[in-house]
Amino acid sequence: MSSARDTVLGRIRDALALAPTPPVVAPRDYRTGRALPDAERLALFTDRLLDYKARVHPCTADRTAEVIGGVLREFGVRRIGVPAGLDARWLSGYEGEVRQDHPDVQPAQLDALDAVVTASAAGCAETGTIFLDGSPDQGRRALSLVPDLHVCVVDLSTVEAGVPEAVARLAPERPTTLISGPSATSDIELERVEGVHGPRTLVVVIRTDA
Amino acid sequence: MSTFLGMPAPPPRSPYGTGNLRGDRAFPRAAHDELGNDQLRRNLGRATGTIRAKRLNVTGEVPDWEALRDAGSAIKTDAMNRLPELLEQLERKVTERGGTVHWARDAAEANAIVARLVTATGSDEVIKVKSMATQEIGLNEHLESVGITPYETDLAELIVQLADDKPSHILVPAIHRNRDEIRRIFLDHIPGVDPDLDNVPAHLAAAARSYLREKFLTTKVAVSGANFGIAETGTLAVVESEGNGRMCLTLPETLITVMGIEKILPRYQDLEVFLQLLPRSSTGERMNPYTSLWTGVTPGDGPQDFHLVLLDNGRTAALADAIGRTALNCIRCSACLNVCPVYERTGGHAYGSTYPGPIGAVLTPQLAGMHAAKDDPNSSLPYASSLCGACFDACPVKIDIPSLLVELRHQHTEQTGVTPEKLAMKAAAAVMRRPALYTAAQKASALGRVVAGRDGTISRLPPPLSGWSDSRDTAAPPRETFRSWFASEEGRAALRAAADEQNTEQNTEQNTDHDDEDAT
Amino acid sequence: MRIGLFATCLGDTLFPDAVKATAILLTRLGHDVVFPPGQTCCGQMHINTGYQREPVPLVRNFADGFGDPSIEAVVMPSGSCAGSVRHQHRTVADRYGDAALCAGVDAVAAKTYELSELLVDVLGVTGVGAYFPHRVTYHPTCHSLRLLRVGDKPLRLLRAVEGIDLVELPGADSCCGFGGTFALKNAETSTAMLHDKTDSITATGAEVCTAGDSSCLMHIGGGLSRIRSGTRTLHLARILAATRTTPDVLTEASV
Repeated sequence: MSSARDTVLGRIRDALALAPTPPVVAPRDYRTGRALPDAERLALFTDRLLDYKARVHPCTADRTAEVIGGVLREFGVRRIGVPAGLDARWLSGYEGEVRQDHPDVQPAQLDALDAVVTASAAGCAETGTIFLDGSPDQGRRALSLVPDLHVCVVDLSTVEAGVPEAVARLAPERPTTLISGPSATSDIELERVEGVHGPRTLVVVIRTDA
Repeated sequence: MSTFLGMPAPPPRSPYGTGNLRGDRAFPRAAHDELGNDQLRRNLGRATGTIRAKRLNVTGEVPDWEALRDAGSAIKTDAMNRLPELLEQLERKVTERGGTVHWARDAAEANAIVARLVTATGSDEVIKVKSMATQEIGLNEHLESVGITPYETDLAELIVQLADDKPSHILVPAIHRNRDEIRRIFLDHIPGVDPDLDNVPAHLAAAARSYLREKFLTTKVAVSGANFGIAETGTLAVVESEGNGRMCLTLPETLITVMGIEKILPRYQDLEVFLQLLPRSSTGERMNPYTSLWTGVTPGDGPQDFHLVLLDNGRTAALADAIGRTALNCIRCSACLNVCPVYERTGGHAYGSTYPGPIGAVLTPQLAGMHAAKDDPNSSLPYASSLCGACFDACPVKIDIPSLLVELRHQHTEQTGVTPEKLAMKAAAAVMRRPALYTAAQKASALGRVVAGRDGTISRLPPPLSGWSDSRDTAAPPRETFRSWFASEEGRAALRAAADEQNTEQNTEQNTDHDDEDAT
Repeated sequence: MRIGLFATCLGDTLFPDAVKATAILLTRLGHDVVFPPGQTCCGQMHINTGYQREPVPLVRNFADGFGDPSIEAVVMPSGSCAGSVRHQHRTVADRYGDAALCAGVDAVAAKTYELSELLVDVLGVTGVGAYFPHRVTYHPTCHSLRLLRVGDKPLRLLRAVEGIDLVELPGADSCCGFGGTFALKNAETSTAMLHDKTDSITATGAEVCTAGDSSCLMHIGGGLSRIRSGTRTLHLARILAATRTTPDVLTEASV
């Protein structure tokens, strides 16, 4: 008896032999390689993030710690988690407890954090999307998921105009998460409600000169 | 055996009586009950109206939307053409990255694989990401039968599961429920829920959050579907909104993903097309809140035990039809449901399948077949459409659903024997091919004037026309057909008069021109 | 221009006034309207109900009847029949016909138009000299809208009608629920769609609901008549054919 694998592949080959169709080359006439000036990307990115009910704090790189400190204070955060590779200077404006993440930290321990602070790999202005790829300054996926407040630092230079430009920045082998606003659902009467299982609050710190 | 002496054999449909690809009643009978449910009609009308407006907004703002649709359609068609090599490539890449790939010929085999994998972990419960494939194969029912408890974590799936209901929409399985009904379901079924819970959607979502939080943090095994599987890199994608997907894909030790073989995309770059088409078409958002992309196992991040189950279950049977095959291009956005005037009135349950609406009406019969001898409810699905074409316009990968419906109707009439309808069609064609007979039949139809009431209308017709006359008057046939008028002196005179009017008009115009010239 | 008129089986037999209006309108515009007498039915009902062998003779009859090269354009007062000729005849010919039929079908399909397309695209007119002093709402039938893509051509023709009070139909692009044998096989769903359509029509306060297809109008008109709404259905051709000297008399219930 042949394996399921051989059977399924055999069926596919039979199907294609029974109904052969000509080869197709996908036309790619959609927009790619778009470049927008910084001010336009910032405005578009900000507009889209606000539309998703994310909070947006544009600032220059030298004010990173000050802005992060202000946000954490505003939300009354006492205990944060950070990825091991996060720039420690970003937290100089914050006086609460900092727990550095490592793979042995259990989900329930992540749940005890008030917030998480991470960097990001890229952004997409047109859709208001942030890309995390598990780099040392972003950490493993669970870290940026379980805490209820996610403060994410995005450098404007990594924010692309559209989806094709942003996808081109990604490394396929890395576990990648696309985040567009806080978690949301439209499951009740197709009305959008922000805040379900993922972080209910997303704060984006956009560093305009980084 | 698939091939014998080099002769390709038609692949089998999903085995009859397995999974959730067949209702127990024909569409018109099932629709009868749903149409009588005013609450359902109001819920659906409001929800589909909301989503239609949102979709039009966000697709309208993209100047290259049509180019994206063309690309999406062609990429999927190319993927179907090269399915064997792409699946083998996907398998190789996932394996290289520490995952294990399983193949399932049908629902029973896929269910058995998943149950065996869960049992091997020692867990007797799983958390689930909303997945059409696992709904299609009836995975939850199977897991329960072997003592494993599945917890649906998508809000709408949770509502459906708690109410012991069935999904009625691809994207929003509980679209048939309104906020008051959902509140009632939560009060009745969520242990320890706040008895003062009101019907505000944000509060209902918060109740689901606190109910599922502990499950996410403690359950060791998750089961998901996949929106896309990238052959080039072995990357899988789950597109979602609530974060329950991220929870399931990230926190457990073991992840089992069940993916239909048609979900494959050739290249990672192809995501640039589908991540634009899918969210804008499905929830009407520029981007869905969360998309997870993972490739096999990543040390120190997420499940360290990953299994991918590749599912056929009738997909190869659909692939064997050059026309019907395009239904496999579907990316499950549900835009066609939201614009369908039939779906909007009947809801999803009337279709009897995991896949309702226009795409369901073409996909379900191809996956599971239309069995003529068994009075199969699936045979009624291709007729559950007025062929209005709204679905084709909305489809992000340009599946010509109306033409597929017509094609499946044809396949159905070809496989059924002699029916009264077929005899009537033959008779009608036999008359209409001979103008002399046709003219005689037209004269006979004018006899219908006899049954018309004094107001010139007919209000009651015999079966099979009684369904028509239940809600419509029919004008009595006219005294005279067009062709006899055209040949008559009256007709000739009318046309002569029209021609004269034209001549008069031309003369008037010329006169007007002269007047203008005079004026200048 | 020498224009071949296809009456459609429904128009010829049940709704001749719409076809008469088409013939009169085109003649008034100075064209030579011919009626190939061998014509019967395009086979749309067969094809859409799932029968493709049975209508082969109908497809052949249509291609033969209008194949005459001296016929420069073929017109029909029906978006769905024009859609069938242009989009379905080739499928039938490919599957159950022969090479000659395929060629014949292609030749005729290339010169086949629904009335508003012929007027606007081929003849280049929107003002046809019509006079129709009534409150009118227009329902774009699905096949003219989405199969033929007639767009706003019928509305441009209507806007140019003298005396007309044209009112927008809410939810205009929603199907009326006819769908040929759909109205019989799924009569209740069809009726639910019909009721929403007749509600929208009555809400406009229009005296007349017009469209480019007698079949949809038969369905809508039947529903309006049953609820005694007072709104009439009238084929687009009849409005365009109406003039000050030969007005359309709103007496008969027919479309």
